[in-house]
Amino acid sequence: MLDSNKKPTILFSDEQEQLLEVATNFCRDRFPMSETRKRIEAKEDLSKALWDEMAGLGWLGIAVPEEFGGSGLTLAEVVTVVEPMGEHLAGTPLVATTLAAQALLAAGTSAQKETWLPKICEGAIATLALSEPSGDWSLTSLEATATKSGDTLTLKGTKTFVSDAASADLVIASVSYEGKAALVLIEKTQLNNITREIVIDETRRSYRIELDGITVPASALLDISKTEAALAHIEQAACLLLSAEACGGTNGAINVIVEYLKTRKQFERYIGSYQALKHPTVDALLAMEAARSHLYYAATMFGEGIEGEIAVRMAKATSSSALAFASDRAIQFHGGFGFTYDCDAQLYRRRGIWCEAQFGDAAHHRAKLSDMLL
Amino acid sequence: MSTSAPSPAELDDFRREVADWFTANKPKDPGFLLPQSFMEVGTDEQFYFLRDWQKKIYEAGYLGMAWPKEYGGGGKPQALQDIVTREMVKQKLPFMTNTIGLNWAGPLILNMGTEEQKKAYIPGILSADDIWCQGFSEPDHGSDLGNAQLKATRDGNEFVLNGSKIWTSLGRHAKYMILLARTNPNTNNKYEGLSFFLIPMQIPGIEVQPIKKLTGEYGFNQTFFTDARISESCLIGKEGGGWAVAMATLAFERGAVGGQAGGHSMMSKHVSEVVALAKVARRNGKPAIEDPVIRDQLLQFIIEERSQALNGSRGRIKALNQERPGSLAMSGKLVGSEYQRRLNQFALSLQGSNAAYYVGDPLAYEGGLWQRSYFNAFSATIGGGTSEVQHNIIGERVLGLPKS
Repeated sequence: MLDSNKKPTILFSDEQEQLLEVATNFCRDRFPMSETRKRIEAKEDLSKALWDEMAGLGWLGIAVPEEFGGSGLTLAEVVTVVEPMGEHLAGTPLVATTLAAQALLAAGTSAQKETWLPKICEGAIATLALSEPSGDWSLTSLEATATKSGDTLTLKGTKTFVSDAASADLVIASVSYEGKAALVLIEKTQLNNITREIVIDETRRSYRIELDGITVPASALLDISKTEAALAHIEQAACLLLSAEACGGTNGAINVIVEYLKTRKQFERYIGSYQALKHPTVDALLAMEAARSHLYYAATMFGEGIEGEIAVRMAKATSSSALAFASDRAIQFHGGFGFTYDCDAQLYRRRGIWCEAQFGDAAHHRAKLSDMLL
Repeated sequence: MSTSAPSPAELDDFRREVADWFTANKPKDPGFLLPQSFMEVGTDEQFYFLRDWQKKIYEAGYLGMAWPKEYGGGGKPQALQDIVTREMVKQKLPFMTNTIGLNWAGPLILNMGTEEQKKAYIPGILSADDIWCQGFSEPDHGSDLGNAQLKATRDGNEFVLNGSKIWTSLGRHAKYMILLARTNPNTNNKYEGLSFFLIPMQIPGIEVQPIKKLTGEYGFNQTFFTDARISESCLIGKEGGGWAVAMATLAFERGAVGGQAGGHSMMSKHVSEVVALAKVARRNGKPAIEDPVIRDQLLQFIIEERSQALNGSRGRIKALNQERPGSLAMSGKLVGSEYQRRLNQFALSLQGSNAAYYVGDPLAYEGGLWQRSYFNAFSATIGGGTSEVQHNIIGERVLGLPKS
């Protein structure tokens, strides 16, 4: 891969092009910043009408095979929808539901897939419960457990950062089972103790789930023999989609900066004419462009073995750093206004910290890459 | 310029033929440090070595392959020349030293020149018998090309040149120069007073003075013109139409329109070479590549180097450049040149105390290549508009920020 003569090539399908255009327009209409602010304050986790509209557009089944009611495309097409959503800081269960569907596709039994995937394509909300209080990014260092007695599994432990758990019809939780990582389905009615978390990115609806006291039938286990590979696949998929959100978010942060630099005057000059502000803004643009190139290469290469993993980790590393830089500068360049809650810069900075904290920041992925490449 | 397109099988055969030829004919180690671009040719021994290398490749039929046969070209499809160029880069072979001729003047003359000009100039460009230099920049107008002030005053069917040009690489060896000069100082629009010439260098009134670079070497020159007289037949394009010709020339230089003779002109450093260095360099009694901080830094460079290749790929996908169409194209020089500078700098720090050696010391790693290469990297972060000016241009033209 270090061979400088091998030129990596991004492929971009007609489907991606169409979806990107539709999603860009959709997000511009449905997620103006005023709406994002309203969503933060809203009592209910979800705008049902909006979710139904997204389901109607087929976005929940983009990467689900046609036999289960989806479009039979890939995550590369999902990326084109998630990127503009990231630009507008949309907080919807789309990513969580897409990832849960990926988990089912990777390790679900036939019965599980046949039951859940068609429902998901029609608008059922599903989510993953992978994190734990330790904060470890490793998906296989698990404290939560499942113990079998007869045909029943008894669950124990705490799962954190479960997106949209209160609206979810299905939660897929990782637990330690007979000494190995396992994935288990928990239906809405089986959840008995969930708490809304106070998280830095207020556009998110995140929950802590106490598993103690939950029992599920043994048939709720996903295929144990496929779980390890499934977790690796989920991590890759999550990193890819988070990269898309972060890339879009970086562009959003740049737009916020540029708008202010073009309209705000100090010392009788537009502040954008000062090179001290102009040059770092260009640096943010260059970081975004690089991250976006990595994003679409990761989309192109997704699932292609080690090369696919390398591309995804590079996308996650570059997009995390790009959004961190652009949103940090967005606060600073707004001066006193940047210090207020009313300034949108803080929304992007909060999103940036969220994106870094989920599934590994830039340094984490570079460390993984160094073991693969050096 | 090209005949019928070769089949994939023919291309594969040709690729093998070329690889074999270069493997068999690559030059031996000259025993001195070679430059990495035409701008760095500092000694006669470097120049003659590189000129002979270009001549050898041309005589083997591997240069100017797609240029017309009647002027010494090969009359073959461009795809074949591209294969040769890629192979030269791949085998890390010395570059083609008559860069201004091959990449700038040659394509310009083939496109806009008269039949006499094509016959007179093209064969010598390819064989490296006639070296070309460039007279664009002036001492007082670094990146402001349109403001060129060197005077070309008409006197009958001659022009009289007065003024000076700077950064004329290969000026001491050049037989010809492409020159942007002011034929009319009184136009309302500064661009309308410019004309473009193909001029001989060995005439009375032209003096080339070497400039000692920060590396301690030579390579650039300042060229002084004092009542130097040239024929009006040296004009290319119309009198007063020089700006359009200069822009066309720059488009050839950037490779934006094709038509270059082929062969690579610059030996950029790659992160793979720095990784190799990190395996040799030592830290705390162990190979530097085992140091976690160094590993992280290497990864940052690896990722950045791939960013540039990927930007190139994404730049060709219209749907992924909708919001800011010029962004990737305009930022390529800034990103690439700053990357080279920092990569070279990092390669120095990897060498531990040996970073303090310089070209000429037997203990200097690779003969001091990296030390020299770091200094020379500034030629790209400064030349063609400094990185700071590039930031202004991108901020203003791509992001729409107010002028500084």
